[in-house]
Formats: sequence, C-alpha cells, structure tokens
Amino acid sequence: MMTLAKLMRRSETAVFLIVAAIMVVIGLINPAFWQADNLFNLLRANVIIGIMALSVLVVMISGGIDVSFPAFAAAAMYLTVLAMNAYGHEGVMLPFIGATLIGLICGLANAFFIHTFRMIPLIVTLGSASVVRGLLLGLVGTSIVNIDRMPPALIAFGRSSLDIGGAKLSVMVFVYLAIAGAVWLFLSRTLTGRSIFAYGDDAESAKRVGFNTRRTVYVAYGLAGALAGFAGLLHASMIWLANPRDFVGYELDVIAAVVLGGASIFGGRGSVLGTLLGVFLLVLIKNSLIIMRVDNTWQGVVVGGVIVVATALTAWRDRKTLA
Amino acid sequence: MEKRLDLSRFINRDNNILQLVLITVVIFAVMSWLEPTKFLRYYNFESISFIFPELGIVAIAMMLAMLTGGIDLSVIGIANLAGILAGVFFTKLFPGDPTAGAAGEIARVAAGVMLALGVGLIAGALNGLLITRAKITPILATLGTGQVFTGLCMVLTGGPAIVGFPAYWGLIGNGKLFGIAVPLLIFVAVAMVIAVMLTRTSFGLNLFLIGTNPRAAVFAGLKSDRMVLASYMLSGTLAALAGIMLSGRTNAAKSDYGTSYLLQAVLICVLGGTNPAGGKGTVLGISIAVIALMLLASGFQMMRFSNHLIDFIWGGFLLLVMVLNAFRNRA
Repeated sequence: MMTLAKLMRRSETAVFLIVAAIMVVIGLINPAFWQADNLFNLLRANVIIGIMALSVLVVMISGGIDVSFPAFAAAAMYLTVLAMNAYGHEGVMLPFIGATLIGLICGLANAFFIHTFRMIPLIVTLGSASVVRGLLLGLVGTSIVNIDRMPPALIAFGRSSLDIGGAKLSVMVFVYLAIAGAVWLFLSRTLTGRSIFAYGDDAESAKRVGFNTRRTVYVAYGLAGALAGFAGLLHASMIWLANPRDFVGYELDVIAAVVLGGASIFGGRGSVLGTLLGVFLLVLIKNSLIIMRVDNTWQGVVVGGVIVVATALTAWRDRKTLA
Repeated sequence: MEKRLDLSRFINRDNNILQLVLITVVIFAVMSWLEPTKFLRYYNFESISFIFPELGIVAIAMMLAMLTGGIDLSVIGIANLAGILAGVFFTKLFPGDPTAGAAGEIARVAAGVMLALGVGLIAGALNGLLITRAKITPILATLGTGQVFTGLCMVLTGGPAIVGFPAYWGLIGNGKLFGIAVPLLIFVAVAMVIAVMLTRTSFGLNLFLIGTNPRAAVFAGLKSDRMVLASYMLSGTLAALAGIMLSGRTNAAKSDYGTSYLLQAVLICVLGGTNPAGGKGTVLGISIAVIALMLLASGFQMMRFSNHLIDFIWGGFLLLVMVLNAFRNRA
C-alpha cells in the first residue's frame, strides 16, 4: 500500500514538474503569458474539460472507457436550455439539477448495457453516443440557441466572477474545484468509491470479497453521466449559447487529459489530483500554441502526439514497476 | 470429442451467417414493401455498389485489428491522410502535363496510388510499433495516432477540401469495368484475398490464436509481436485503399470526410460476428453485414429520414446486435 501511494505521488509530481517547465518556457517566449488575465483565462478554460475529465476518470478507474459523455453533455445542455425557454424559468438551481439528471439517466443506460449483457464499454458508449446525438439532432432540433435567446439567469450565472487585483477570475473555477473535492472525497473516503477501484483492478476479486459489483458499475457510469450533464449546461452558461452539435471531438482531449494525469486504462488506478494536473497540462499546451504563435492547424497533431508520448511513458513506467 | 467440438463451432458460425442473411432479407423485404417504386430500381442497387465498398474495406481493416483483441480507431485518419497526400502529389508536386499521353497519365495515377498505399502502410506500421514495442493499449495508441493523422490532414489542407484529381484516379472511385462498378470489383478482390489469408495461411490462423489467448500464443512460440505489427500494417494499407476510393468517387479529399464511417465500421464488425475481444471474425460476415446496413440506409434515405435519425438507428442497431449476441452466447 505504501509503495503504491509513493508511486501515485511520483507520477503526479512528474506531471507537475512538466507543467512548471512548460510554463517557464512559454513565459520566456512570450512574457504576456504571466499576466493575471491570461492565467485566469487559462483556469477558466480548465473548467468544462476538467469536470468531464473527472467523469471519465471515474469510468476509467472502474476499468471501462466512456466516449459517450460529449453526446450526453450536449443533450443535457440543449434540452435544459430549451425547457428553460419554454417555461420562462428564471432560476439556475433547477436547470442544473435537471441537466445533471438527464446525464445521470444516460449514464445509467450505459451501465445497464455494460453490466447486464457484459458488453465492452467502448462499443456500448460508441453506440449510446450515436443514439443520443442522433435523437437530439434528428428529433429535437439542430438550431443553435444564440445569446439573444439564452435564459438571462443562466448567462448571469456564467458571468459571475471575482475581482482579484484588477483581473476577473470566473467563479466557475471554484465550482470546478468544489466538484473535484467532492469526487476526491467520494473516491477515497467512501466504501462505494473504494469498490470502484477494486472492481477496476480485478472485477472477479472485488465480487468475491463481497462488493456488490452491479451497484459499482451503475454508480460509476451514473456518476460519469451526471457530471457530463452538469458540465454541459455549465458550458452553455459560460459561452452564452447552446449548440446541440457542441462537444464533438471532446472525447479525445478529455481521455488524453485523464491519461496524462496518470490514470490507467486497465482500471484500478487514477487520482483526482493527477487528473486536475493532466487537464491543466492539456489546456496549457493547446492555449500556448496560440500564444507562441504556432499555426492553429497544428493543434490536432500536437494533441495526438502528446497522447501517444504520454501513454508510451505510462506504459513504460508500468512495465518497470511490474518487473 | 475433438471432432464434436469442431462441428459445434462450425454450426455456430453458420448460425451467425444465417442470422445475418435473415436480417438482410428482412431489411430488403421491408424496404421493398415500404418504397417499392424507388427501392427496387436498378439505379438504387447500382449506386449502392459504388458506395458500400469503401465502408466494407474500412470494416475489414477494423476487423483485422479486432482479431487480435485490438481496435483501430485511426482508420478514418489514415484514409483521409492517404487521399490528401495523393491530392497534394497530383496538384502541387506533380501537376498533370497536358502533352503527356494516356500512358503518362496512368503512370502518374499509379505513382499516386503507390504513394497513398505507402502512407497507409507506414501509418499502420506506426500503430503496430506503438502497440507491440511501446506496449500502448490499441485504443489509446490508435486514438492518438488517429488524431495525429487527422491533424496532419488539417496542416496539409488548412481546412478546405483538395480538389483536382486526375481523371484516371476518378475511375477508381466511380468507373465501370464490364458494366460493374470498379469499387465493387476492388472490394470483391480484397475480400477474397483477406478471406484466403485468414483461413488458409499460417499467418491468418496465428492471428486468431493470438486473439483467442495471447498468453498461450506466446507459450506456443508464436512471434506475436511480429504478427500483430503485420496485421496493423495491413489494416493501415486497407484504410488507405478506402481513402483512394473515397477521394476517387468524390474527386476531393478533406480532413473530416467519412468521420461517421468509424462507428459504422465497428457496427459492421460486430454485426458481422467479429468478437471485439479477439479471436473471432469472418470476411463473409463483414460482407453481408455491410450490404445489410447499406440497404437499410438507402431505404431510410428514400423515406426522407434525416441523417441524424439514421445515426440514431446505427447506434441502436449496434446495441441491439450486441444484446442479441449476448443472449446467444449465454444459451
């Protein structure tokens, strides 16, 4: 147990050191990087990807993989915004609960297929993503809800910020950190949270030890869906529009961030702190391409390259510890 | 005992094919009944015979990766990269010479084909090396390389589609030979070669062994790494071939073409009886599955279903087939 704890600490330290080194280099190339405005913007850009990464982290610890969260987030966001407009709802509490519930239901559907029929998570979530996205675009609509038609309460919520030394830090950053704290508490301090680790490490052993594995699977995918739904609506409130085609391609970035943070795709390993650092690293790389005046078209190549290098390093590290 | 086991497996396999044929016939009958005037026209089947081969070849490429328990999420990236590099070759590096005769043009197109297939081979080798040497899980390795390939497409094109392929290149995608669509002929040739390779050569049988039990394969002395590397190289080359056919048919290449093919390729593999966990899959199953899905899609298009709803049907169909397979395996 002690060596495992040490190892976890080490992989997070590594990510942290890489982040620090990159920040120093970018700061040297373009000193504007260190302005409070830029740093706060960077933190703000972490929020949505970060909450989604926490969602993927939970699934990945359970030994699965989830590529359906972008579709769930889009569905939760779009349906909730349409409902808010239809009923002229003024608050934000109820809509966020609604979006979270929509995500939860979708996530539980994933769990149903994965647990009942013993299907491969990748294929189930590929299918459910296609089903949800297809229904949303085919039946509900394809038109974007623009800023002039967005519920004002939602925009006001997304705009709320703190004034720190003349620069504005979005309150959403604190929402993100609070969620991260809650997920950390859940994963490390509750029996259900530990059962997700046990299940991801070895499903059969977890069952024999006496964990209710059915419950574990439902909790993992349900929580993942709920987080995705919440992140979806939060995204709409932060960018002031609701686009049902949004989040396409997010699965790559988010999975990359979680893997960067040291989680193992085979399950049983991963941490909230690592994921936060992984998300920060990914957002840093993507945003700094712009600030370092690298052409935007290179983004895909860089992100893909980072995934490959990071996973290769993780695999190399794991092989060393096994030997 | 041994014989009995073999026999039961044989029946099981045929059951799967039987189930597929049944699904195809049902789809055909329902569509003919719903849209008799449009669906049962020669033109409809002819246009299907031009479109389905690309998807079929992508699905075969996917199946090759699945046989060893992997997956290739980079097939679409490879297909587009191959098409775009060929487009760059034709428009920038080696523009057509109007004085050159037909022979010169054919040589130019042949060079482009070799280039595109070579790109696929190299891309597949990269996947294979990452999986066997760097020991990266196939999902993550191909997710990452797929992003890199698509990213390279963006860098090369800057966004818009590349147009202006030579006429002979177009023939690969929309030409006819003896009244039969060229893509269909290519598909049949590829399917037969791969089928023979999988069932009649030691390489093919070894792939099944590796997929069924990787540990046993190592103990049996198989050079697993080399076989897996070769299977991803083949998969990449086939993906590039699909890219050639796609760019030939549409006379254009773009970084985000055919993105919906990825889900469809997985669906076709699963529907065609390929086990995503490895060790099971037939080219015949894939071929029937791709035709079934194409009939379904063309029928829905005639009924003016939106493309989004067809996406929904693909996804639902995938889940349904997985559920059916789960029930069958349990029984």
